[in-house]
Amino acid sequence: MTLREIAELLDAKILVGGDHLGIEVKTAFSADLMSDVLAFAKPGSIMITGLTNPQIVRIASIVDNSAILVVRGKIPPRETLALAEELDIPVLSTKYILFETSGRLYASGIVGCVRKIEGPESIVPL
Amino acid sequence: MTQGHNYVFPVEGERFDEAGKVSVQVKQILKKIGIPDAVLRRAAIAIYESEVNIISYAIHGTASLQVTDDHILIDIQDVGPGITDIEQAMEQGYSTANDHIRAMGFGAGMGLFNIKNCSDIFEMSSEEGKGTHLKITINR
Repeated sequence: MTLREIAELLDAKILVGGDHLGIEVKTAFSADLMSDVLAFAKPGSIMITGLTNPQIVRIASIVDNSAILVVRGKIPPRETLALAEELDIPVLSTKYILFETSGRLYASGIVGCVRKIEGPESIVPL
Repeated sequence: MTQGHNYVFPVEGERFDEAGKVSVQVKQILKKIGIPDAVLRRAAIAIYESEVNIISYAIHGTASLQVTDDHILIDIQDVGPGITDIEQAMEQGYSTANDHIRAMGFGAGMGLFNIKNCSDIFEMSSEEGKGTHLKITINR
């Protein structure tokens, strides 16, 4: 799917990178935990998140995300968008929630960066 | 033997707005040197998590980068409270992060685990009340 098709499917606003809408996206990683994005996201994937701080842009730059898709109708603050302009990473915003966004993209042929984690489960203490 | 590339970047505690800055810079440096994408990505991820650790827990610290013919050597040193139980800190999911750190999308106890995963050799030492030292070696 191209970014343009993704934007149309999710009725998303294009906040940064309107000239990159032809980018082809095949994979996605949805998370509100940036350490998990660092651990699992693959180059070229689209990051789907509810976070809006500038870290999402730096993380996207490190893991070579093709774009950032912000969910739940959030519009990132100016500093986040300015950094995205600077690092040339498209940012879109959709009013759909994370679950709906991921489901609609999956139904349209986008797949996850990984299906399951490898190795044992991690036990998270309280 | 070619001359290695050496860089030192200061990282200030509590500067959450700056998290990831060193990592983005290092990625650009390694790209210029001609390090393959898959390798420089591991270095950038290790440094990102290290920056977040210094910012979250220490007073200040440094991230040093040395590129030799065979390796990328990353040395992270901070002045801070140190880690009492290194084994526990290495566990996935163990964290002492506060709400501020968590609101940024960190502090879920994945940091040190991610760093180790990106390293070919990972060494950590810490002294309570003084600070923590990470030595990360990544093969080129």
